[in-house]
This record gives sequence, C-alpha cells and structure tokens, in this order.
Amino acid sequence: MISNDAIELASYEIMKQAAIDIPADYLDGIKSVAEKESEQLSGFVIKTMVKNYEAATEDRRPMCADTGLPRYYVKVGDKAQFEGGFTGIERAMRSATARATHDVPLRPNRVHPLWRTEYNNNVGINSPEVEWSFEPDVNWIDITTVHKGGLFGTDYRMLFPGDGIDGIKRFLLDTLISFGKRGLCCQPAIVGIGLGGSKDTCMQLGKQAACLRIVGDRNPDPKIAELELELMDIGNSIGMGAMGFVGSSMVVDLHIEVGHTHTGGMPISVHTFCLSSRRATARINADGSVEYRIDPKWFTPYHRRETVSWESK
Amino acid sequence: MLEQISLDLPATHAAIASLKLGSVVYLNGMVYTAREGVYERILNGRSQLPEGLIASSNVNFHCSPAAALQEDGEYRIGGVTATASFRFSKYLAKWLDLTNTKIIIGKGGMPVADYKSILAPRGAVYLTTVGYGTGALLGRGVQGVEAVHWLDELGIAQAMWIFRVKDFGPFLVDSDLQGNSLFAQQGELVNKNIESLYNGLKAPALHRYGETRDRKDELM
Repeated sequence: MISNDAIELASYEIMKQAAIDIPADYLDGIKSVAEKESEQLSGFVIKTMVKNYEAATEDRRPMCADTGLPRYYVKVGDKAQFEGGFTGIERAMRSATARATHDVPLRPNRVHPLWRTEYNNNVGINSPEVEWSFEPDVNWIDITTVHKGGLFGTDYRMLFPGDGIDGIKRFLLDTLISFGKRGLCCQPAIVGIGLGGSKDTCMQLGKQAACLRIVGDRNPDPKIAELELELMDIGNSIGMGAMGFVGSSMVVDLHIEVGHTHTGGMPISVHTFCLSSRRATARINADGSVEYRIDPKWFTPYHRRETVSWESK
Repeated sequence: MLEQISLDLPATHAAIASLKLGSVVYLNGMVYTAREGVYERILNGRSQLPEGLIASSNVNFHCSPAAALQEDGEYRIGGVTATASFRFSKYLAKWLDLTNTKIIIGKGGMPVADYKSILAPRGAVYLTTVGYGTGALLGRGVQGVEAVHWLDELGIAQAMWIFRVKDFGPFLVDSDLQGNSLFAQQGELVNKNIESLYNGLKAPALHRYGETRDRKDELM
C-alpha cells in the first residue's frame, strides 16, 4: 500500500530536481548543437547556458527564475494500491507544490487570470494541473513534473488534409520564426508537434511531445520518425540561433505525437520546451521505495493505445 | 571573443556612452527591479518612489526573482531571470524621467523605435540577459537584498526588489546612445533568408487574420 505521505514527498523532491538539475539528455543535446554552431553570438549564449546549468547544480538553486507553471503528469498502474485514493494524490501534489515553491524557492507565478491575486505558492484554481494516464499489469505510480514557461513558443492551427506535409512545414516555420525572433521561445528548444485529435487533444499531444519525451527518442512509426528528423533539420536551417541571433541552433530535438482526427481536418500544434527544459520523474513502488529518473516514459504503447484492440463487427 | 566589461553602479554617462553593441557586461553596485505592477503604482500616483532610490541605483531590471522569506527574516534569492521587456514600452519615457534610470536590463530588448525615441535621448541603454534563463549565474551575482517594496501589495513577482550585486551578469549590450540595436541588426541578417525557406511550399487552404491585415477579406 503506497502512503499518501510517500506521494507527497516524491512530488516535492521532483519539483526540486526539475528546477535545479538540467536533464542529462538535454545537456548532451545542447552540447551537440553547440558543436555545430559557427556563429560567435549564438555560440556565446549556449556556452553561457552550459555554465549556468553547472552553477545551478553546484549551488542547488533554480537554473531559471521563471520556474514556469509547475504541473504534474501521473501514470498509475492498474495494480497500484494507494491509501488516499485519487483525490488524495491530487491533494498531496497541491501540498508538495506549495512547499517546494517556498523551499526551492520556485517563483510563485500562478495568479488569477483577471484579478491577478496569488497566494505565493503556485497553487490555485485548476492549478497545478494534474494529468492522468494508466498502465496495465503493474503496481507502481509514476509522477513527472514539468516546469515550462508559458508565454511564448506555442501555437495552434486547423490545417486540412489537402495542406499535407507542406502545411506542416509552413506552420512550423511560422511558429519558430515568430517566436524565435529575439529568442522569445528560449531556443534551442525541444519542439513538440501535436497532429490530429480534436483541438484540445492536439494541444495536449504537442505539449506532451515536447515535455515528456527525451532528446534522441523517436516516434515508433518509422515514417513519423523520419518526419521528425526532417522537420528538425528545417528548424535548424532557418539561419536563426540562440536569442534569435544569426546561427543554426534552433531545435535540439523534435517530437511528433499523433491522434486519429476528424476526416475533414488536420489540426496541428507546435510547442517549444525552452533552454531550461525542466522535468523530473519519480517511480513509487508498491513497497514505498522511490526511484528518480529523467525519462518520463509517458508514451508507453498502452498510452498511445497502439496495442489496444477494438472489435466492432 | 566578445569584449567583456565590468561596470560600477550607478553607471556614469561616460561609461554608458562607451558601451558597444554585443559587448558582454558584468555589474557591481545596486540594481532595482520594476515591472508593470510597480510602474502602474508609481506612475498613477498611488505611491512615491522609495527614498534614496534615485541616488543609489540607475539600473532597472525587468525581473521577478525566485525568492522566499526565511525564518530569520532575510530573503533567500534562488534564481534570477528577466521577463520580456517589450510589454513595458508604454511606461518607459515617464519612468526614465522620474527615476533618472540609465540602464534597462531585461529579456529580448525593445523595438528599435523605442531606443531612438525614448532611451537614447535620455542617455539610457538596454542590456539583455543571456539565454534566456541564466537564473543561477545571475542569482550568484546577487549579494543581498537591500530592500523590498510593496511585497504585500504586489507579491514576490511584481514587488520592487533592490539588490546589491557583484560580478552580476553576463549581459549583452543591445542598444547604444545612438539608438542602434543588436537584436534589430541580427534580425535583419536572419530576415534575408526567410523568404527562401517557404519556396515550393504551397499556401494553406484556409488563411488567418494576420496573413491578411484587412478584416473585411475572406480567408479562403
């Protein structure tokens, strides 16, 4: 039986890890982008960022003061047993968010959209978001937190089947250029593209593609995997680098997630997960032990429903 | 190698005049944060400027720190990063006149027209943070909190923080006293390539406002 306290503690711990320690996959990715960067200004920016990650880890302080909108992704095994129920998990996460905001400290970004009121703890109406996913045959709970800034670098558009791959390329260029200027989307970034589903699914898929897959991970559909690499090359050939300076460092990796969609449409969303791509995951086992890791492993075959059969005849 | 400069604050006119676009700057002295919360409050006459601010600091940082009040009453500053400055354009002329501020630090710079018409005529320049998100490096440069104003009224993110800083940086010089802009110059170079990126890609079936400026146009 997993105690609610264990869930609270793990949720708190990953808030801290995400804010402070750059994930190793992203650091390797950024270093390989830096090697290809021949422009002085863009190169200087990336080298400075690498120093910043080192300083954050050494000092145990957040790598970026805009600790974004802290939130959680929870994957619960079918056989997991936990004492507080689902609402207990959500309560634990609200508590962990408030404690971490004070202790790390995180910036208390969350305010009411109209009244701009806040409680200095990143907790409020509908926040932190908790998204749920499930996994067959296992007894653990995976909790991932993502700290992503929220103002720039995301866009949505309803494309149509006839727009095809050209439409996808155009929209990617539009988004990267408009938010890449002056570096507003804090590139080089992990880009996530959501394709299909309904509008809200499309946004969600793109966001999760950016934030919940590690650098180097490829979509299991080989043709989509190929498209990921092609689009990444397009992003890096814009001629724009870090901070919008001349350069080649725009995209560290690019992930596409798809969902079956309306026969008449091809909705697309683009999300950029910034230079401080902050995520951390904890697995809470049935015996209460906790393992921490950088790979959320969110897109399991079950999560994509690849392996789920359907019978309608 | 980009030129590196260490600047003592309050910055003198001569020091500011010598800054070149693209140089890397580190600051020593007193820096204050102010963004829309503080601007609205002061410029609408709801509060007065803190006493002594004008004499001690001429650097306005567009920043919301990740800060927390400790049990001993001191503030712990974790990460320090800038917020995007272009949104504060409408306040700046009055603000610079009122406070005699000569350096604006923020994220992403401001339109070159603002440099020419607001900053440069007042002897002020813009330094941009690097990255963005050198929160830990800048946090290291903050030696202490000299004062914090309107914390209860505005919250941690919008309050005015006055920081004592040493080797605080790096920042890049974005604008000079002629009103030139590094971002604008770099943007023009990037722009040369943009048209060709779209070569051969067919236009989408349904357009959006923004692709046409005339809202009477049909989008298909």
